[in-house]
Amino acid sequence: MGKRVLVIEDEPNIIQAISFILSRDGWSVDTHSDGQTALDAVARRSPDLVILDVMLPNRSGYDILQDLRADPATADLPVLMLTARGHKKDRELAERYGASRFMTKPFSNAEVLDLVREMAGG
Amino acid sequence: MASNLLLLVCLCYVLLLFLVAFWAERRAEAGRVAWLRSPVVYTLSLSVYCTAWTFYGAVGSAATNGLEFVTIYLGPTLLMVGWWVLLRKLVRIGRSQRITSIADMISSRYGKSAFLGGAVTVLALVGISPYIALQLQSVTLAFEVFTSDAPRGWAPGSLDGTALLVAGGLALFTILFGTRSLDANEQHHGVVTAIAVEAVVKLLALIAVGVFVVWGVASGPAEILDRIEASEIAVWDLDQGRWITLTFLSAAALLTLPRMFQVLVVENADERHLVTASWAFPAYLFLMSLFVVPIAVVGLELLPGENPDLYVLTLPLAFDREGLALLSFLGGFSSATSMVIVAAIALSTMVSNHIVMPIWLASRKSGASMSGDVRDVVILSRRISIGGVLLLGYLYFEFSGSGAALAAIGLISFAGLAQVLPALMGGLFWRGATRMGAGAGLLMGFVVWIYTLYLPSFGAEGPLSAAVMAEGPLGIGALRPQALFGIEGLDPLVHSVLWSMVLNTAAFVAVSLVTFPTPLERLQGAQFTNVFEHAAGARGWSQSTAEAEDLLIMAQRILGPVEAQSLFQEAAGGQGKAGYLPDPTPEFLERLERELAGSVGAATAHAMIAQITGGVAVSVEALMAVADETAQMMEYSSQLEQKSRELGRTARQLREANEKLTQLSIQKDAFLSQISHELRTPMTSIRSFSEILMADGPMPEAEKKRFSSIIHDEAIRLTRLLDDLLDLSVLENGQVTLNWQEGTLKDVLDRAESAAGHPDGDRRLEIRRTPEAERVSLKTDPDRLAQVFINLIANARKYCDAESPRLTIEVRPRGNRVTVDFIDNGSGIPTESQTMIFEKFSRLSDHARAGGAGLGLAICREIMAKLGGSIAYLPGQGGAAFRVVLPLARPAAS
Repeated sequence: MGKRVLVIEDEPNIIQAISFILSRDGWSVDTHSDGQTALDAVARRSPDLVILDVMLPNRSGYDILQDLRADPATADLPVLMLTARGHKKDRELAERYGASRFMTKPFSNAEVLDLVREMAGG
Repeated sequence: MASNLLLLVCLCYVLLLFLVAFWAERRAEAGRVAWLRSPVVYTLSLSVYCTAWTFYGAVGSAATNGLEFVTIYLGPTLLMVGWWVLLRKLVRIGRSQRITSIADMISSRYGKSAFLGGAVTVLALVGISPYIALQLQSVTLAFEVFTSDAPRGWAPGSLDGTALLVAGGLALFTILFGTRSLDANEQHHGVVTAIAVEAVVKLLALIAVGVFVVWGVASGPAEILDRIEASEIAVWDLDQGRWITLTFLSAAALLTLPRMFQVLVVENADERHLVTASWAFPAYLFLMSLFVVPIAVVGLELLPGENPDLYVLTLPLAFDREGLALLSFLGGFSSATSMVIVAAIALSTMVSNHIVMPIWLASRKSGASMSGDVRDVVILSRRISIGGVLLLGYLYFEFSGSGAALAAIGLISFAGLAQVLPALMGGLFWRGATRMGAGAGLLMGFVVWIYTLYLPSFGAEGPLSAAVMAEGPLGIGALRPQALFGIEGLDPLVHSVLWSMVLNTAAFVAVSLVTFPTPLERLQGAQFTNVFEHAAGARGWSQSTAEAEDLLIMAQRILGPVEAQSLFQEAAGGQGKAGYLPDPTPEFLERLERELAGSVGAATAHAMIAQITGGVAVSVEALMAVADETAQMMEYSSQLEQKSRELGRTARQLREANEKLTQLSIQKDAFLSQISHELRTPMTSIRSFSEILMADGPMPEAEKKRFSSIIHDEAIRLTRLLDDLLDLSVLENGQVTLNWQEGTLKDVLDRAESAAGHPDGDRRLEIRRTPEAERVSLKTDPDRLAQVFINLIANARKYCDAESPRLTIEVRPRGNRVTVDFIDNGSGIPTESQTMIFEKFSRLSDHARAGGAGLGLAICREIMAKLGGSIAYLPGQGGAAFRVVLPLARPAAS
C-alpha cells in the first residue's frame, strides 16, 4: 500500500470525490488543476499512477498525454483518461495517444476503484 | 459723463452679449439652429469687416482725404457682387475639405504642408496685432473723450489701463465662447449670434448720429448738400494710384484676413447664403457709409482742431446729446469687440493647428494613438493662443505709442495679409502652382512688407532710424525703405504694396515654374482648382495595414467618443460589416482624415493618420485620376469605380459570411459535445457523492453534510443550465411573450445592480453610474432588460482582471434611442474574439472560474433583438465594453 496517485482535473467537486474514494482505499492522493504546468507536477511528484482529465484549462489532456509518452521516464506510467464528452472519437484519440485506460463521466465509484487497482496491479 | 457710469454701461452691454451668446449656444445644443444659421445672420456676421476703423476712421478719413474712404467699401462690394467667380469656389473648397482657417487653406492646397501653414500663421500674427492694437486704441480714445472733462470716479489709471482691461475682458469672452467645441466645422453659434447683434448695434448707432447731424444740426438733406459743396471734401482730388491700391487691398482683405475667412468660409452653414449676402452685405456697407460725409463736413465746420476720427462722439457731445453719444460709443465698442473676438478665434485656431500641434506631434515620437486626450491639448493651446494674440495686440499698442492715425494702422494690416493672395489665387486657379513657389512668394512678400511698411510704422524711434529711412541701410540709396530701387515720389503705402505684390508674385510664379510638385500636391491642386468637377475627390491613401482599432482610439481622442463611434459604425455599415471597425480602405482613411482636419487642420490630420498607417502612398490610380481630364474618362472611371466598390462590398460580405459559417459549423460540431460536457460534469459529482453517501460504513456528520450540499449545488447548476438552454431556445424560436411596460432606465439598472451583487463575494466591483442621465423613460420588458444588465454586470465581476475592478455605466440619448455602455477597466477582449463572444458556449476562459455555460451573452443578444434594440462589443475603450442600444418610449423630438 501507500501507492501514490496524481489527479489532474479542474472541477473542484470532482477532485474531492476522487480524492475521497481513493484515499479511503489507502492511496495517497495529490491533485493538480492546470494543464500548462501538469508535466512539472508529474515530474515533481513522480506518482505511481495518473488520472488525467481531457478538458483542462490552458492545455489539453491529450497534449499532456503525448508528452508523457514521449518522455522515457514516464513512457510506461499508467494513465487513466477522464472525459465528459462521451464521444467515440474521444476514446479513439485517447487510445492512439497511449492512454492505459479510458473512463467517461459520470462514472461509478466502484468502476474507478476497479480500474485503478487493476492498473496498479498490472 | 462720469467714467464709472460709462463703465457700468459697458459692463451691462458686455453682459447682454454674454447672454445672447449663451442663449444661442443653448439653442444650438438643443438642435434648433434653423434661425441661427439663416442668411441674415450670415450676412450680419460678415459685417465684422467693419471694425472700429470703419466706425471712427471712415469719418476721419473723409475729413482728411475726402472720398478716399469709399475704396474700403468698394473692394468687398465688387467681390460680393461677383461672388459667382471667386467666393463660391472658396466656400465650396472650404466646406468640402473641412478647412479651418486661411493658413489651413494654403497648407492644404500645397500638399498639406506644415511649413506653409506655419508661415501664414506667423504672417497673420505679425499683421493682425497692429489691427487689434487699433481696436484697443479706439476704445481707449473714445473712453477718454467721455471722461476727459468729467470728475474722476473709479477709472482706470491711464489709457493703458483701459486698454488692458478691454483686452482682458475680450480674452475672457473669446475663451468662453470660442473654444467650447473643438471641431472648427461645428461652428461657433454663440459668437456668431453675438457678432450679428453687434452688427445691428453699430449700424443703428452710425445712422442715429447721421440722422442727428442731417436733421438735428443742419435743417435737412438740402442744407447738408450745400455744406458739402462748400467744403474741401467735395474737391475731387483723385490720386489714382492710391485709389486702385486701396480698392485692391480691401478686396484682398475680404479673402485673406483671418477673421473674414472665419466668418465667410468656416462659419458658412450653407453655400446658398452667399446669394443673399451678395446683395445684402454691399447694402449694409452702403448704409454704413451713407452718413460719413455729412458727419465729416459738419464736424470740420463746428469742431475745427478736434480729432476728426472721433467726430461721431464729439459732435453729439458738443450738443449735449449724451444719450446719442453713448449709443455712438456702444457702436464703436461693438465694432472693436466683434473684430477682436473673431480675429482671436481665427488666429488661435491657426496657432494651435499650425504651430503648437505640429511641434507637439513631433515631440511625441510614440505617435498620436499612444498619447493622451488630444482634445485637451488642442483646446488648451487655443485658449493660451487667444490670450497670446490679445497680449500681442496690447504690446503693439504700447510700443507704437498709439501715434499713427487709425486708418494708417488698418492699412498696414491689410497690406500684410494681402501677401497671402498670390498663393491663394494661384492655388485656386493654377494647377502648376507648387509648395516651393508659394513659400518663396510668401517669404518674399513678407520681407518686403516688413521692411517698407511695417517697421517704418513705428516712427523714428522704432527699429529703423531716421538715417536709414532717408539714406538707406549702410548708405545704399537703392534700399531706402520707402523708395526701393530709387523710385521716389510714390505714396509710402502704394510703394510698399506695389513692390511687395510684384516681388511676391514674381517669386511665386518663377519658383513654381522651376520646381516640381509632389504627388500629394498634385492631388490637392486638382481637387482645389477643379472643385466643382471633382465631387468625389482623388485618393491619397492606399489600402493599408492600419489597425482599425488604433484609428478608432485616435479618432475618439480628437473627435470625442460619440462622434468617432458613429463615424466608424457608419463606415463599417457602408462596407457591409457589423460593429465599429471598418476596413481601413483608402476611401475610409480619406474620409477620416477630412473629419480630423476639421478639428486640427489638414497638415496635422494627415501627419496623425500617416503615423498610424505607416506613411503615405499615393497610388498610381489616384494619379491617373488626376491626369485623366476628359469628361468621358471621368464618367467611365467613376462607373468602373462604382462597380468595383459594389463588388468589393459584396466580396467583403461574402467573406465575412463565409468566415462566420465556417466558425459556426465548427461550433455546431462542438455544440453537442459541449452540452454533453456541461451536463456530465455536474452529474459526475452528483453520482459520485451520492454513491459515497449510500456506501456502508461510518462517516462523520460534518462530512455527510458537506457532501450532500455539493450534490445540492450541482443539481442547481444543472437546473440553471437547462433553464438557460430552454430560455435560449424559446427566444430563438420567437415563442417568447414579452411583458411590455413603461418604466425608467434607472429603475431597471437599480434592480440589475442589486440582483447582480453578491455581498459575500471576495471580488469587490466598484460600479460607477450617473443617475441623472438614467432618468429616461422606456417602453420595454423590465424583467428581460434587467436580465441583460445582470449578465453584463456579472460578467464584469467575473472577468475584469484589474487590480481594483471598476465598471462604468454610461447612458447617452441619441435621437430616438438611448445607448447604455458598460465599460470595465480590465484588459478587454482580444479583437479576434470580439465577433464570437455572442455565440453559444463561447467562453473565453476556463469554466471553473466562469461558473456558467457560456450562454449569457447569446441570451442577451436574443433578448435585445426582441426588445427592438441591440447589444454589441464596443472596441477601443481600454477595458471590455458592451453597448446596449434601446428604443425610447417616445421619440426625443418632443
